[in-house]
Amino acid sequence: MKAMFKPKVPQKEIKYEELRIYTDEELRNPTDEEMKNFKIKHDIPLLEQLESGPWPSYVADLKVEAWRRRRLADDRMMIPRDVVEDLLGQVELSFVHGETHWKHGGIVGVIGYGGGVIGRYSDLPDKFPGIAHFHTIRVNQPASKFYKTDFLRAICDLWEFRGSGILNLHGSTGDLVFLGTTTEQLEPIFQEMAHHLSQDLGGSGSNLRTPECCVGRARCEYACYDTQDVCYELTMHYQDELHRPAFPYKFKFKFSGCPNDCVASIARADLSVIGIWRDKIRIDQDAVRAYIKGDLIPNAGAHRGRDWGKFDIQKEVIDLCPTKCMRLEGEELYIDDENCVRCMHCINVMPRALRPGTDTGACILVGGKAPILEGAQLSMVLVPFMKLEPPYDNLKELIDKIWEIWMEEGKNRERLGELIQRMGLWRFLDAIGLPPAPQMVWHPRTNPYIFWKEEDVPGGFKRDINDYRSRHAR
Amino acid sequence: MGLSTTRFGVFNPEKPHENRITDIGPRHFWEFFPPIIQRNYGKWLYHEILEPGVLVHVSETGEKVYTVRVGGMRTMSVAFVREICDIADKYCDGYVRFTTRNNIEFMVDSEEKLEALKKDLASRKFYSGSYKFPIGGTGCSVTNIVHTQGYVHCHTPATDASSVVKALMDELFEYFQSMTLPAKVRIALACCLNMCGAVHCSDIAMVGIHRKPPVIDTEYVAKLCEIPTVIASCPLGAISPATTPDGKKTVKIREDRCMFCGNCYTMCPALPIADKEGDGIAIVAGGKVSNRISPPKFSKVVVAYLPNNFPRFPEVCQTVKKILETYAKHARKYERLGDWVERIGWERFFELCELPFTYHLLDDYRLALDTYRTSTQFRFTEAAWEVSKAARGI
Repeated sequence: MKAMFKPKVPQKEIKYEELRIYTDEELRNPTDEEMKNFKIKHDIPLLEQLESGPWPSYVADLKVEAWRRRRLADDRMMIPRDVVEDLLGQVELSFVHGETHWKHGGIVGVIGYGGGVIGRYSDLPDKFPGIAHFHTIRVNQPASKFYKTDFLRAICDLWEFRGSGILNLHGSTGDLVFLGTTTEQLEPIFQEMAHHLSQDLGGSGSNLRTPECCVGRARCEYACYDTQDVCYELTMHYQDELHRPAFPYKFKFKFSGCPNDCVASIARADLSVIGIWRDKIRIDQDAVRAYIKGDLIPNAGAHRGRDWGKFDIQKEVIDLCPTKCMRLEGEELYIDDENCVRCMHCINVMPRALRPGTDTGACILVGGKAPILEGAQLSMVLVPFMKLEPPYDNLKELIDKIWEIWMEEGKNRERLGELIQRMGLWRFLDAIGLPPAPQMVWHPRTNPYIFWKEEDVPGGFKRDINDYRSRHAR
Repeated sequence: MGLSTTRFGVFNPEKPHENRITDIGPRHFWEFFPPIIQRNYGKWLYHEILEPGVLVHVSETGEKVYTVRVGGMRTMSVAFVREICDIADKYCDGYVRFTTRNNIEFMVDSEEKLEALKKDLASRKFYSGSYKFPIGGTGCSVTNIVHTQGYVHCHTPATDASSVVKALMDELFEYFQSMTLPAKVRIALACCLNMCGAVHCSDIAMVGIHRKPPVIDTEYVAKLCEIPTVIASCPLGAISPATTPDGKKTVKIREDRCMFCGNCYTMCPALPIADKEGDGIAIVAGGKVSNRISPPKFSKVVVAYLPNNFPRFPEVCQTVKKILETYAKHARKYERLGDWVERIGWERFFELCELPFTYHLLDDYRLALDTYRTSTQFRFTEAAWEVSKAARGI
C-alpha cells in the first residue's frame, strides 16, 4: 500500500529483534505463586488494599515490575534496582502523611532543549534512595497513538535499562511519558531514542506543548480533515517552538476531526482546530426509512444496554435538533442546512443515514485553558471556517500572527485566552488582521461603553473649547 | 545496530555535541497504522457498537475493522506494555492503539479473530484477581477516568490520583462494562487546581483542593524564590513583601484573601501549601466538551470538600456513585448530565442527589455575577423554604 502521507525526516526502520536489550529469560514474568510470596522492601498495607477489585491494579502491576528488577543483573540496569520499590514506599508514606514527598521542581534537561524533561527529586532520599532522582521525560507520541509493537518493545527495553520501567500511556497532553530516571541518564535516553528509534522529546514549560489529535480519518467516518497530518505537519514545522521555550506561558494545539471533539480541544487548547463542513449533510433516505422501521440500530448501538423502547425519529432526532432545522415529510427527511449548526446529534444517532458534507475544513477557536490563573476558559471562535490542505500555510500564517501579538503583549504566565480577555476581542482581531463577526460571540455587548477610535468620528477628537463656548454659555 | 548496553550509549559525555540528533519530532503516524487502516483511510462509511467495548467500522471498500476497547491504567510498567504487545502480536499483526482517555484498542479484521481476542483479553488477570484488560468503555457507559499524576510524580498535588481512580473504577465497574446510561458519562480527576487533565468540562470530576494558606519558610523565601514573581503570582494580591526582625527579605500573606489556589507554591517552593487536614477533594459536575445538542460547558462545583481518605476514598466514591445513579434514574435518553441538570434545575439536582447546598458553592471570583439568578423562575425545594423561614417569609 502506497503511503498517503510521508515523514518529513528520514526514519529508521524498527525491528525489535535487532534493537532488543533483554533476553526472553530476562523478560520472564512471575507466576501468580511467585507474586503471592513476594514482598517488597517497604511495608505498604494501604497500597496493598488497591491490589484487589476488578479494575486493573497499578499496584499489582508495579509489584510485578519490582519483582522483575530484583532478578536482573547489576549491569542490566543503569539506575537503582529499587526504584519501583522505593516509589511504592514513598507513595505509601504520602498516604500516611497526606502530603506528597516530591520536592519542588529541579531544573534538569538535555543540551539545547528547554523542555521535554521535568526534574523530580524525593524529599526523603535517605529513606528512598532509589528515587532520589526521579525525572520525567516526555516523549512526543505518534499522531493519534497507533503503534507497532516493535517500537513499543524497543521503548520498553530502553526504558527498563535506563529508567524505572514505569510509563504513562499517555500523559494528559498526549505524550508517551517516561516516569523516573537519574540526571545522568537523560542525555543517553534522548540520544539513544534519536539515533536508534528516530524519536524526539515532547514539550514542557513555556513552549509549544506536544500537539495532539483524534483518531481522525484513520478510523472515523466523521473526520472533516486529516487530523494526523495537520498534527504531524505543525509539530514538525514548529520544532523550535516545541523544544525551546520563548513564550509567555504554555501553548497547546489540539486537533479534533468533528464537533464531537474527542480530544477535548475546546476545553484545553489555546488553539482548537475542530473539523466542520459548510455544505449540506449527506442524506441516504433509504437508510432513514430503515432507522424509522427499526431495521437499523440507532445511535450506533451506544444505548444497547437498556430498553429505551422503539426508536422515534421525531422525538429522538428532530425534536432534539438545537435549531429545529429538520422535518419529516412522510418518510423523507429534510434538513434546512442553512440553519444547521453542525451539532452532530442527528449524525451520531443515524450514522448510516446521515454524513457530514463534502466541502470540509475546520473551525479555528482560540483561548481554551484550565482555571489557573484567571479561571477556566473555553476556546472561542476565531475563524469560522478554514480549508485545510497540505502544507497548511493558511493555518501556519494565522498561528504566526497570533504568537507575534501574544509574545509582544502577553505577561509572564498569561495564556492566550487571558490576554484576549485583557485586551478585548476586537483589539486582538485588529492585531492579527481579522474582521469581527457575530459568529465570534453569543451576543453583542450589553453596555454601550465603546472605545471609539478617533478615525471613526468625523473631525477626530481635537476640538476647540472656544468654538464650543461660542454656542453655549458657561 | 541494537540499543546500546553501555552506560552512556551513543552519548559521549566528553564530547556532548558530537553526532547529536535533535528536532526530528515524533515517529510518523502512517507506518503505525495497521494495513486495514491504511487501506481504508478516509473511506469509512459508518460504525456500530456491537456490545460494550466492541466496535465495528465499515468502509466503502466493504472491509470491516473490529475494535476491542479495554480500560487501561495510565501508569503502567514495561512488563504490562510488553503483555499488550504480546496480545497485539498474537491477534492484531503487531499493531495497537491508545485512546485519549487511556484506553487500549486492539483491532482485528474478522469476526473469528474478534472472538478469540475477546476471550483472551477477558481471561487475563493479575495475581491479585484484578482484570488486566477489562472490555468496555464504549457508548452510554462510564469510560476510563482521565487523571493526573498525584503522589506518584507530582510536587503540587492536593490529593492522590491513581488510587482514587482505581477505587472509583472498582466501584463503577458495572457501568464501564455496560451501556445502560442515558448518554455517555465522562469522569476525570485532577490532583490540584492546575488541572493538568483539564477536567473542568467533565460530566463528573474530582479536583484536589487545599484549604489552608501556605506556610512561609521565612528563612528561605529569598534564597529559593524571586520575591516580586511570587507577589505577582497571587491572583488576589494576598502576598506582599516583608522583612524578618533580623533583616531578611521574605513575604507576608493576608490569609483572609487566600483562595488556596496554590499558584504561589508553583512559583516558590518556600511557600508549601499541602496539608493533611487541609487537603481534600471537591466534586464538580455537569460539564462537557462535545457540541452535541447543547454547546460545550463547564462543570460546576457541587461538593466543596471531601476528605482524602486513603487508599479507597469511600466518601468520594459514594458521592460520585450517588450522582451517577441519580442521573441514570432521572435523565432522558441522549441527555448528558449537564443537560439533565439544566432541564430540572440545579435546585432539583441538589435535592435529588441529597447534597447540601453550602456557601462554598456560591461564586465570588471573576464573572461571579453571571451565576446569580436574576429571575423569578425557579423550582421550590426544601432549601428554598429554609430561606423563607429564616427571612420570616413563612
